[in-house]
Amino acid sequence: MRRFLLRRLAWFALTVWAVITISFVLMRSVPGGPLSSDRTLHPSVEAAVNARYHLDWPAWRQYLQTLGPLNLDEHGLLGDRSAVFGGILALDLGPSLQHRDVSVNEIVAQSLPVSAALGVTALGWALLLGLAGGLVSALRPGTALDTTARVLSTLGLSLPNFVIASLLVLALAVALPIFPVAGWGSPAHLVLPGFALGAPFAAYVARLFRAGLLETLSQDCIRTARAKGVPWRAIVLRHALPGALVPVISFLGPAAAGILTGSLVIERIFTIPGTGSHFVAGALNRDYALAMGVTLVYTVAVYALNVLVDLAYALIDPRVELEKDA
Amino acid sequence: MLSMPSTSGARLALSTALLGVLGACVVAFALRSGRPRADFAFTGGGEIRSLDPHGVTGVPEGRVIALLYEGLVARNPHTLATEPGAAESWNVSPDGRTYTFTLRADARWSNGDPLLAADFEWSFRRMLEPATACEYASSLWLIEGAREFTTGLAADGTPRERDWSRVGIVAVQERTLQIRLERPTPHFWPLLSSHVFAPVHRASLEALRERHPRDWATHWTRPGTLVTNGPFRLVERRVGEVLRFERNEQYWDARNVALRTVDVLSVESWSSALNLYLAGELDWVDGAIPSSLVPELLGREDFDPRPYLGVYFYRVNVTRAPLERREVRAALATALRRKEICELVLKAGQQPAFSFLPPQAGDYRSPKTFGESSDYAQKLLVDAGLTDAEGKCDLRELELHFNTSEVHRDIAEVAAEQWRAALGLKVRLRNQEWKSFLDAQGKLDYDLSRSSWIADYADPSSFLDIWTTGHENNRTGWSNRQYDELVAAARSERDAARRRELYANAERILMHELPCIPIYHYVSQNLVDPRVGGFGQNALNEQSPKYWYWRSDEELASVRAQSMRRCEPVESHGPSAGLYPPSRAEERR
Repeated sequence: MRRFLLRRLAWFALTVWAVITISFVLMRSVPGGPLSSDRTLHPSVEAAVNARYHLDWPAWRQYLQTLGPLNLDEHGLLGDRSAVFGGILALDLGPSLQHRDVSVNEIVAQSLPVSAALGVTALGWALLLGLAGGLVSALRPGTALDTTARVLSTLGLSLPNFVIASLLVLALAVALPIFPVAGWGSPAHLVLPGFALGAPFAAYVARLFRAGLLETLSQDCIRTARAKGVPWRAIVLRHALPGALVPVISFLGPAAAGILTGSLVIERIFTIPGTGSHFVAGALNRDYALAMGVTLVYTVAVYALNVLVDLAYALIDPRVELEKDA
Repeated sequence: MLSMPSTSGARLALSTALLGVLGACVVAFALRSGRPRADFAFTGGGEIRSLDPHGVTGVPEGRVIALLYEGLVARNPHTLATEPGAAESWNVSPDGRTYTFTLRADARWSNGDPLLAADFEWSFRRMLEPATACEYASSLWLIEGAREFTTGLAADGTPRERDWSRVGIVAVQERTLQIRLERPTPHFWPLLSSHVFAPVHRASLEALRERHPRDWATHWTRPGTLVTNGPFRLVERRVGEVLRFERNEQYWDARNVALRTVDVLSVESWSSALNLYLAGELDWVDGAIPSSLVPELLGREDFDPRPYLGVYFYRVNVTRAPLERREVRAALATALRRKEICELVLKAGQQPAFSFLPPQAGDYRSPKTFGESSDYAQKLLVDAGLTDAEGKCDLRELELHFNTSEVHRDIAEVAAEQWRAALGLKVRLRNQEWKSFLDAQGKLDYDLSRSSWIADYADPSSFLDIWTTGHENNRTGWSNRQYDELVAAARSERDAARRRELYANAERILMHELPCIPIYHYVSQNLVDPRVGGFGQNALNEQSPKYWYWRSDEELASVRAQSMRRCEPVESHGPSAGLYPPSRAEERR
């Protein structure tokens, strides 16, 4: 277990470094900069803004400054630290270049819980609907119930989430004003966006769970248990369920990552102040600091989720050994 | 009955329960800040750039600055006339260069400090200091010595030490501020009343810079820290969500401010903004309604597009063949049928543009220059030897460059088709995402490039200065000595009629040479609750939040009865009893 975590940590550091470097190079190789606007600045003013955000430095020096609180100057590698913004190593993502009076740390601190809440709701919907649908389908295969559940799951998989979102708003917020059309502030604000975001994942969970259950239920041990007179309910709950859940759990990691990074469209439609919109805006506005910050947050989140899923495997299925698995 | 679950079942149940609790905690944490609905809520789009009045340029930012700060003078939201702000009176010297302002004795900062002439002197100095990186610093350069102070260069271009005492801004007494201009400048008034000329609170900012030398900017504009002098003060800020303001009881005119709380919501998508408005969550949507939704809104009482001081045009790269020839540019300009673009694509009553200035630029009237005629356009090309007698066009394929957006694409498609039909010209469309687009335009990497210009104030200088040689917003490569001379002469001309004539002559040259092809003049697209009173209707779509109030049922009925506009009444979400400023509420009682 410890070796597994240590090894994952080493890979984590390497991944983060690669993400930082690639993002840095990509951000600076696209045309346009954080200061360009349809009203061009006077050159003397532009020079002053550039100096304030170190945009006048050579790229390698900006890279060092982004990476850590490094200011390679006449004072040595660490240089005059009071003059530069913090770096990633110091857990300071610097000021946003677009929203000039907020720091990226603050943007992340304010928006990440919102995205997380949305993600949790979406995941909740995905599990609730997916597991229920899968269970019904698997226990009554071939019936009308099964067909309905499968048709619904096909729909959920094939409809893009913004279509689902628009239909939901139309039906449950405009025609029947049960839920708010958009905005943030109460649990009611989470229901529709959570559902729209979670729907494709619910569909996938339903399929995985149905397949898993059907496979487990057709095994010899189940038949033996039935022959011995074990009640059907106990068989499903005690023997079939844990086994059938393994593929669902292994899907949860990628699902959580997908929900987190895929929330930007939903956040926009429902005007939810989450991280997703900053992810897009940071890149579009050439807000180097914000784009880097959000990319890093996503990197860390996706990595952590994957580690958690690996740990969950071991929890559910004693046959999985972490050392070998890693 | 269930039998005892197996070990893995127990673990499963336990971890499910734990995850559920954890999830609920996350949701509860994210939703912890509950806010009651504000008296007034509006949106101008996404998150604004800054609350520092010296660090912003955009319209949505200007709205927020207008809530928080007040300059020396203000603009009346109905007439755009200059009216007293923090200064209660002023006088101008006979030579038109020295302005002396007297500040109100009761003008105060939101923390109770008196607002003094020295605050304005220090604030203007801050704007001019290059380290502040104020984008509007150059507009202050009409003040004596200001340009030298920002650039550190003397008039002849030699480096010179910055010396504040040489700048014509002096707090002569505690409440008397004197500003001396380089030369008499008629548009100093509209400029001075724009939001960038707001004062900032020196003591709190300097204390903060002491404490956070590196990142003071991210600590300054916080609720509780930010000290301002406008009708409202900041009480909450959630990035990407909301800015909450409360009436500033220290404001000298607080008795005439009706609203107690104002929310500025950050809404990225205009269709969501529309939904929020229709659901009563927003009282005013200030921005671009998607043109596909405009027909749905036209005829509603709360949607009344008005002429707006902005022009949509195509820049022409005059450094590239064949566009360096005036005949080609003129052919392009005259071959368009702008009415079709306005009616088919835009639909909100935008007006075809045959001048660079919109018709509402103060007293100024644009000269009549060109019209639309495909025969004439064709003839221009034939005479220039670019089209043969059979009407076959020899011109190379041109590229029409625009930033990615549905409406720009629609307009570009219609224009390209019109050019093809009238002149046999091949036009290729090239769209780019905003920042790449700006980069290409700045480098003159285009043939024709979509542009727009919105005036800062209702004066020809706001439109015509940008076309002078080497101006950073020219971006066409066009240069004309006569034009430069006319604009320079107009800038310092004190006689209003003569000044208008100089600008008209300059615009005549511009519209003859056509480095820019005007397409249409904008309309403002406010979607505002009919019950909102004190809402400005003017060509700059300028608003003064201190005047906003809610009309009562009786007042709304009488306003409707007086209205000449035939429109479909809509239900209001505002309070039926109205919400009046404390002073007027007393009167009514």
